[in-house]
Amino acid sequence: MDLDLYVPILAIGVLGAAFAFFSLAASWLSGPRRYNRARLDSYECGIEPTPQPIGGGRFQVKYFITAMLFIVFDIEIIFLYPFAVAFDSLGWFGLIEMGLFILTLVAAFAYVWRRGGLEWD
Amino acid sequence: MTPELVVFWLLSVLTVASAVMVVSTPHVVHAALWLVVTLGAVAGCFLVLTAEFVAWVQVLIYVGAVVVLLLFALMLTRSPASTTGATSRNRPVAAFAGFSTFGVLAVVLTSGFRGIVLDLDSQPDQLGGAAPPERIGDTRSVGEAIFTHWVLAFEVLSVILLAALIGAIVVSGRVRDRDRQEAAAGGGS
Amino acid sequence: MNYPSVHLAAEPSLDAFGTDNGWVIALKALLVFVFLVVFTLFNIWFERRVVARMQHRIGPNVNGPFGLLQSLADGVKLALKEDIIPKSADKVVYVVAPALSVIPAFIAWAVIPLGPVVTIPFTDIRTPLQLTDLPVGVLYILAVTSIGVYGIVLAGWSSGSTYALLGSLRSSAQVISYEVAMGLSFVTVFMYAGTMSMSGIVEAQAQNVWFILPLLPSFVIYAISMVGETNRAPFDLAEAEGELVGGFHTEYSSLKFALFFLAEYINLVTVSALAATLFLGGWRAPYPLSLWDGANEGYWPVLWFVGKCLAFIFFFIWLRGTLPRMRYDQFMKLGWKVLIPVSLVWIFGVSIVRVIQNEGGVDQQTLLIIAGVIVALLLASAFIPEKKPADEPAEPAGDFDAFAGGYPVPPMPGQRLPDPVVTVPADASQDQPRSDARDLDAPTNEEQSRG
Repeated sequence: MDLDLYVPILAIGVLGAAFAFFSLAASWLSGPRRYNRARLDSYECGIEPTPQPIGGGRFQVKYFITAMLFIVFDIEIIFLYPFAVAFDSLGWFGLIEMGLFILTLVAAFAYVWRRGGLEWD
Repeated sequence: MTPELVVFWLLSVLTVASAVMVVSTPHVVHAALWLVVTLGAVAGCFLVLTAEFVAWVQVLIYVGAVVVLLLFALMLTRSPASTTGATSRNRPVAAFAGFSTFGVLAVVLTSGFRGIVLDLDSQPDQLGGAAPPERIGDTRSVGEAIFTHWVLAFEVLSVILLAALIGAIVVSGRVRDRDRQEAAAGGGS
Repeated sequence: MNYPSVHLAAEPSLDAFGTDNGWVIALKALLVFVFLVVFTLFNIWFERRVVARMQHRIGPNVNGPFGLLQSLADGVKLALKEDIIPKSADKVVYVVAPALSVIPAFIAWAVIPLGPVVTIPFTDIRTPLQLTDLPVGVLYILAVTSIGVYGIVLAGWSSGSTYALLGSLRSSAQVISYEVAMGLSFVTVFMYAGTMSMSGIVEAQAQNVWFILPLLPSFVIYAISMVGETNRAPFDLAEAEGELVGGFHTEYSSLKFALFFLAEYINLVTVSALAATLFLGGWRAPYPLSLWDGANEGYWPVLWFVGKCLAFIFFFIWLRGTLPRMRYDQFMKLGWKVLIPVSLVWIFGVSIVRVIQNEGGVDQQTLLIIAGVIVALLLASAFIPEKKPADEPAEPAGDFDAFAGGYPVPPMPGQRLPDPVVTVPADASQDQPRSDARDLDAPTNEEQSRG
């Protein structure tokens, strides 16, 4: 663990950020600016824009379930990574542990699946 | 002060300042964005404290997933553009809950880890079997620790995740009902 | 495909990193940055030319030799366009979102290995052709690219527009879904390499075989999920122009739009580079070239590496030129119901095989055969179509009314169009039998209007 390894990341991050903010500034300076009320409305295929996005901006609960599943599987992944890296020194014991862990998650996954949490229409 | 210490203090200040912004901004989406800054700064603290693996896990899970879930949940329950939602009438209760959690955590952590020193400068032959300094906090040592010392916590975690998923489905209980209605209405169209 | 281990001296290990002095770091960062921008300009041109060829067109060929400067011209054109901030936008977030999308794209490239340790020309400084490397390299890339999701979510949300919000929502749900499959596909690679550092994985493949051979299913899962992760055709649902106009960047113009475009193409190169590093031996020369002793030394590996990346990019373009866009439900179904279960089964299979290998006992050959059969069966079972809860009732033939919904629709397969209504003179209509069900409902009205 050596913080020197992070100096180059900082360097390219600064370069990228400088480029991004330079572009943002340049687009503000280089383009023309002619006021037009219709142009500043949000795009709605030519009709008068509705004051708020659809449904008052609310949306389907399925996105929430997807995000929840994503977190659960993300957590599984971050446990699988150290498991995989240390795999050769863990042997059968580690495999059985991980098997139990995944089995529990698969049970949850199967439940979501059966309840239709993975259905999109 | 070593450079690491300076960085650590800067990150700590950033963490606390952005956390204050989270609870004080009236706009819920902006609050979520400040939370990103807070969690990212905590990841930076982990990094300076040589917990490299944990630091990037913090970025992946908290910054990349939990706040996305939070944003989805915000947009699910109310219009993302509304500024009214973040003000609450039971501020004193919330403040009490927040400060008492802080107190419990501070006491538990300091009493649990006071006096424990990770020796990063000692030579491998002086360690007597402990992980060599360059391996502290790396993936392999984290893996070996989880799968040999922390087995129970690891398995309990899977049950917590199971509960979380089932909770999410129950909260959104409409999914199955609506499917039934659609099936009842005849899937013709 | 065993590689002679002759160049181990040039092999960068983690000790080789973190030793560069200031100007070397600056130079390397600048080179990576310039490489990414130029390669993006090239890729946009490359994509347009290749897709054009696939569609029997010529593609951009006017600006510069072979039209190579077309993307640059487009960039300059974008810079001269009006920078629009819609009235309903959340201004600060709207302006910051493109930067949030492009900065992680650059940062992710810090750990991509482009070549071995080389000597910088005109000096005797030796440095690896990789900005830096972390023991958690791949996790770092995953984490940094997951920050890029914020660019999408915030761009869509801050625009204050229906299409942008819907597009960003779809896009982020898509990216997070396929990130899971992508993350799972790495697990077996780490198992074989025993490390998560990018240079370590390249090294492990040099001593062994390219991981695409033993871990082909992982590679296939990765290849599918990288297309989903980058929102590319056939998974480009986030900008399905027929439904969502431009997706999350509908309201963006000028260089802000260009930044999103740049981020998208850098991400394209990043996932390609990741695929090349994890599965195709990284910067090492492919088989016939690797017989030449100098192939893995000096600056040649950069060429092999860019070649591998270009092969993936060509694959992306080929997909775009060939496949139609998937429906959203099909897409999510593929991710959650096929890729993730298959990955889990595969990881488990690999770990059982590996633990048996490590602990000894069974002959390796028989083990591989048994494992192969089991995995093949499981893979096959994943493709068995799921039982539908209730089959759609077959429409009775002849019952079809094209105007049932109030507007004309074509018949579904198996349905029959009604016989055309015979138009007859008004005076004779009383005697004609009708075949159109709608007319039977209200014959008198019809007659009155016609009369």
